[in-house]
Formats: sequence, C-alpha cells, structure tokens
Amino acid sequence: MAPPLPSLLREIGKRQINRAPSPILAMSVPWLLVMLGSLHPTWPVIASAPVMPPIGFLLLVAWQQLRPGLFPVWAGLPLGLFDDLYSGQPFGSAVVLWSAAMLGLDFIEHRFPWRGFLLNWLEASGFIAAYLFLSLQIANLGGGATPLVTVVPQVVLAVLAYPIAAWIVGGADRFRLIKIREI
Amino acid sequence: MAAPKNRRPGYSRRAQYGNFFSYIAALVGLGLGVLLLLVSTGNSGAFSGLRGAASDAGAPAGTVAASGRTASQGLWATIAGYFTHGSRVARLEQEVAEARVKLAEQSALKEENARLKALVGLTEGETKPVAITRLVGSTSSSSRRFAMIGVGSNQGVQTGMAVRSPLGLVGRVIEVGRTSSRVLLITDSASSIPVRRADDGIQAYANGQGDGILRIKLAVTGINPLKPGDAIVTTGSGGIYRPGQAVAVVVSLTPDGALARPLSNPAMTEFVAVDPLFEAPEELPVPAPEGQ
Repeated sequence: MAPPLPSLLREIGKRQINRAPSPILAMSVPWLLVMLGSLHPTWPVIASAPVMPPIGFLLLVAWQQLRPGLFPVWAGLPLGLFDDLYSGQPFGSAVVLWSAAMLGLDFIEHRFPWRGFLLNWLEASGFIAAYLFLSLQIANLGGGATPLVTVVPQVVLAVLAYPIAAWIVGGADRFRLIKIREI
Repeated sequence: MAAPKNRRPGYSRRAQYGNFFSYIAALVGLGLGVLLLLVSTGNSGAFSGLRGAASDAGAPAGTVAASGRTASQGLWATIAGYFTHGSRVARLEQEVAEARVKLAEQSALKEENARLKALVGLTEGETKPVAITRLVGSTSSSSRRFAMIGVGSNQGVQTGMAVRSPLGLVGRVIEVGRTSSRVLLITDSASSIPVRRADDGIQAYANGQGDGILRIKLAVTGINPLKPGDAIVTTGSGGIYRPGQAVAVVVSLTPDGALARPLSNPAMTEFVAVDPLFEAPEELPVPAPEGQ
C-alpha cells in the first residue's frame, strides 16, 4: 500500500549494514505530519462552505491504525491544541475530540487487534463522521447556528479522502525508518 | 496488525507505571479540553491573542500560496472559455450595449446627485480603505466561516472594520494579530447584517447559513415582495457596515424572505479592502442622574 520511494531516497537507504534509522527522524515525522495537516486553513483554499476534510484528524487516525502505540495515548492534547489555533472552532474543541478519539482508537485496537484495510476504513469512517458532527455541535454552542445537513458533503469527502491520508502516512512511515545513522 | 506490546509491559514496574500514567494523562487532556471549551464558548475572545500569534506565523506561507490560487483559477477559466467562446461573445456584446445606455443614465444621476448634495450642504468624501490585501486562507474544514487576511494591527487594522471586495461585502474583522487578522465572512451562521432591497428599501436581515448561501429574512413579514434577481445592499443601521454596500442577489424565495447568493464569492476574490471603522450617528446623550 505504501508508495514507492523516489530513486534519490532509495539510494540514501541502500546501505543497510551497520546503519540504523535516525531516532530524531523516526520520532518527529509523525508529529510534524499531523501538525502540517492541521495547518490546512492556511492553504490557498477559500471556501464559503465547509468542504475540506479535517486533514490533521485524518492523518492522526491513519498513524494510529498503521502504527498503534506510536503516539502516546495523551497525544490528543498537544496536537489538538495546535489544531485549535488554526481550525476556527471554539478553542478546546479539538483537544476534547482528539483526546476522546485517541482513547476510542486505543480501545478498538485492543478489542479487535486483527483487521484488514477495509475494516480500518470502516472504523475510521465512524470516527470521522462522529468527529465532524460533534465539531458542528461544538461550533454551534460557541455562537454558530449551522444546520446539520451542511456537513454531510464534508463527511462524504472526508471518508473518501481517508485512503489517501493512509497512503501518505504509509509513505511517511517508510521515510522516517530509512536507515541513515551509522552505528 | 498485531496488538502493540506496550499494553502489558511485563514485570517492569517502571514500564507499568509509565503505561498507567499515560492513560491518566489522556483523561486529564480530555478534562482540560472540556475546561478550555467552557472558557472559550463563554467568552469567544478568550484565546484571540494566541490565535493571532499563530495566524501571524502561518500567514506568510498563505500569502505566497494565495497568488497561486488566483492563477490556477485563471487557468481553469481559460480552458473552459474555449468551449463557450462564441455564445459568450454574443452575450457580452449585447450586455456592453445595454451597459453603455445605463452608464449614460448613471452619469446623469450622479450629476443630479452631486447637485442635490451641494444644495443640502452635505459633503461626503470617498472612504479610503485602511489597507488592501489578499485573502490568505479560510477555515475550510470547520462549520464556522472565518477567513484570514494578510494585514494586522501593524497596518492599522482594528476589530470591527468591514472587509469588502470590488464586487461586494466580504465580512468584518473580528480578531487582529500583528500582521494578519481573522475575518468573519458574511456567510457564517453567526453573521447577521441589516439589509434592504436596492430598488425600494424593503428592510430585512441577511443571515449566513454556513454553506455559502444567505438567508434573507424580511423585517416585516406578510406578503413577500422579493423576486429572484433582486439586489440586496446594506442599510448601515447598527453601525458596523456602511450603507449602500452590495451584499447579495436573491436566488429563490422562501415563505419569510428569500435565499440569496453573495456577490463577492471569497474563493474568486483576489484582493480585498479593509474599510475604516464606520462611525454610526451619535446616540442621544443619556442625561446624568441629578442629586447626590
């Protein structure tokens, strides 16, 4: 499922003997990728309706499904705080929902450990739909009055975009584990 | 994938405690989030300084990307143009002919207007914008509709200033950072603008719905006089938006008003102008209580 690496990167990882992945790269890439996803409100898309999938959340779920236990269970707090700075939701909305999602994903991971990608997608779809509807409710608490129907197209788009997020995460996972450090 | 090993870490006390406390930390994070939400929903400006600093940091990248946005839309329009060229030329030629006639009428009206204003002794200068900037980004995944612009308090932008494009009203500034600010778009569901029909001044409110359409609610209900194609402009009451600014065009009717399409689609807008604060007519001074 992971995309093939460009030839330059493949050359970097070619020498395997007495090489190991760099711990800095291996630890920082997942966090940075999710934060980059949270930055999408600064991307050049000016929308008059909520249409973009919540990219930071998609990437977090994808990481959690590819490498369960890579993020600590409390990762929803710092990553959610960062997302709230840009998302336009009432402050604290992503902190609550991402923390709850991390606990939920962790529970499912231990209850049903063996899953294929279709089952992963189904699970992620449930989380995405719940996340978007609850985000809407929280935004409405904070002063909005948007009807529930408005986010339905966004839910559909986000569910369809999930495999792309999983593909990106797969590529990033290969990248972060390239053996570049000499032992 | 197999279950991760860290759930049952074996006999190591240290690992067991670490595991336990990470779950505690997750629950604390959840509680902290609820607390933050309670504070921020009670007082929407509570974290505006933090958000301002964050958007200042993100704005430069957005400014570069914003020029790409308009360029790429131009590309699509160019490709689409090949297929609709002939019919459009014919239509545009007819529109130009009509517009020439209207222009002549307008200039006559303008002259008359200036004469009448001079008669009344009213001097009204053209409002000079505080700043002209690009729309840098928008909260495209949240149900709230905010946009960011590339100017802030360094350029003299203040909270409450109206933001407009050449086509019409875009929104108003609600949070100001140093070099970027946050704009509440008119399509946000918390935005409500006092408006009137351009022709005759029927009063109404234009409320955002969060999906790019405005809901026009008539101030006086009963018979619905609106028609599709009516232009909607601001009245200026309430003192936030200047009177007579174009807002939207009625698309379809509802029992208590209409649905209208905003004239300035933020996605197609390249540059926006930030207007200085509109000074509403002064209210009558409240008489000071006598005695004491």
